[in-house]
Amino acid sequence: MASFLRSTKLATRLTQGPIKCFSRNYADQMNFTFAAANQIFYANKNIKQVDVPSFSGSFGILPNHVPTLAVLRPGVVTVYEDEGTSKKIFVSSGTITVNEDSSVQVLAEEAHPVEDIDGSAARQVLQEAQSQLSTASSDVAKAEAAIAVEVAEALVLAAGN
Amino acid sequence: MMMISKPTTMVVCLKGAATGQQQNRNMATLKQISMRLKSVTNIQKITQSMKMVSAAKYARAERELRQARPYGEGVKAFFEKSGATEAAETGDNNKLIVAITSDRGLCGAVHTNVAKTIRNELSTESVESPQSKVFCVGDKSRALLQRLYAQNIAVVANEVGRKPPTFLDASKVANELIQLDFNSGKIVYNRFKTVVSYQTEEVPLLSAKTMLAAPKLQLYDSIDQGVMESYQEFTVAALLYYTMKESACSEQSSRMTAMDNASKNAAEMIGKLTLTFNRTRQAVITRELIEIISGAAALE
Repeated sequence: MASFLRSTKLATRLTQGPIKCFSRNYADQMNFTFAAANQIFYANKNIKQVDVPSFSGSFGILPNHVPTLAVLRPGVVTVYEDEGTSKKIFVSSGTITVNEDSSVQVLAEEAHPVEDIDGSAARQVLQEAQSQLSTASSDVAKAEAAIAVEVAEALVLAAGN
Repeated sequence: MMMISKPTTMVVCLKGAATGQQQNRNMATLKQISMRLKSVTNIQKITQSMKMVSAAKYARAERELRQARPYGEGVKAFFEKSGATEAAETGDNNKLIVAITSDRGLCGAVHTNVAKTIRNELSTESVESPQSKVFCVGDKSRALLQRLYAQNIAVVANEVGRKPPTFLDASKVANELIQLDFNSGKIVYNRFKTVVSYQTEEVPLLSAKTMLAAPKLQLYDSIDQGVMESYQEFTVAALLYYTMKESACSEQSSRMTAMDNASKNAAEMIGKLTLTFNRTRQAVITRELIEIISGAAALE
C-alpha cells in the first residue's frame, strides 16, 4: 500500500514537472519596461532584444533570458523593436532586472535618446568634469568627480556614434 | 533644496494663549459684525487663491505622476516576483518606517493619515524590545509624531513640498536612509486615486540582506554582494522617488478640495453675517426712531 502511494506521488510529481517547465516559456515574448525618472520609453511592451551596458559587462537580453539582476553603467541601451527598428538611448545609471516570467525592467536615473545629445556640449561637460577631478581635494569629492568623468566620457562616446 | 537634520533638541513651539477680545454674541454691535465680516471675506479670498494655486500645482503633479507610475511598478515587480516581501515580513526586529509627508498643512487629512498609520504600528510594540525607527520626510509627520514617539524619530528631512520632488531629493533621502542600520522596513505614503480620493498605503523597503534571503533568489543569475548593494541602493532611491510623487499629487489634490470646502464655508458665513449686519442696522435705526418719536411725544 505504502509503495503504491509512493508511486502515485512520484507519478503526480512527474506529471507536474513538465507543466511547470512549460509554464515558463509559454511564448517567445518579453514584457519590457524601460523607464527613467524623466521619461517613460516602454511600459510592458513586447520587443525582440535589448542590449544593456552593466558593470559586469554589456549583454543582450532576448526573451526567456535567465533571471538576473544587474547595475547599469553609463552608456547606450539599444532596443530592437518587433518591427525591426532599433532605438538607441543613453542612460546615466540604474538597474536591470530580468524576472523568471520573462519580464524585464530597465530603470534609469536619467535617460535620453542618443540623437538628442549635443556632441560639443558633451565634450564641454567632459572637460569640466576632468578639471573638477584634478582640483578635488577630499576623497568624496574625488569619487564624485570620477563618476562625473565616467558619465561624460560615455556621453561623448554616445554622441560620436 | 531639501535639508536633512537629526533632532537633538526638542523644538517646542509656544503659541500665545488666546486672549483676544471678548465675544458676546448676543449684543454684537454693528462695528463688531462689520469687523467679523471683513475678516471672513479676507479668509475667503485667501482660500480661493490657494485653491487656484494648488489646482495648477496639482495639474503638474498629476502629469508627472503619470510618468512615475510605470517606474514605481517596475521597482515593485522584482519584490513581488522574487518573493522578497514575504521574507521581509518574517524578521520583525530592527524595523524602519519612512513617513512621506511634506512641510505644508491645510490639505485635509493626508499627513494625519500617514501619521495615524505609523502611530498604530508603533503602539503595538512593547516597550522593552528594540523599537522601530522612523524617518520623517516633511516637517508635518515630525510634528504629528513628536509628542508620543520622539525617541523613535531617527532623521527628519524638511523643505519638502514647496517644489515638486525630484530624483535628487529622493537620492538625498536614500543616502541618509542607507546609513541607518535596519533589517526590514516600509514606506508609508498616500497613493493618489482620483482628485477626490487617495489611499494611505505601504511599500516594503528591503535591505540588501533581506533581498539576498529572498526565496526565489537562487533562480537569479550572477548575483554577488557588490551588485546587490548597488541594486538595493538604487531601488531605495527609485521607490522613494515614486512614493514622493504619489504623495505630492495626493497632497495637492487634497488641498484643492480642502480649500474649495473652506471657500464654500466662508461664503456661507458671509451670507449669514451680512444678514445679521443688516438686521442689526435696521434695529439700530428703528431704536433711534423710537427714541426720537417718543421724545417728541413726551414734549407735547
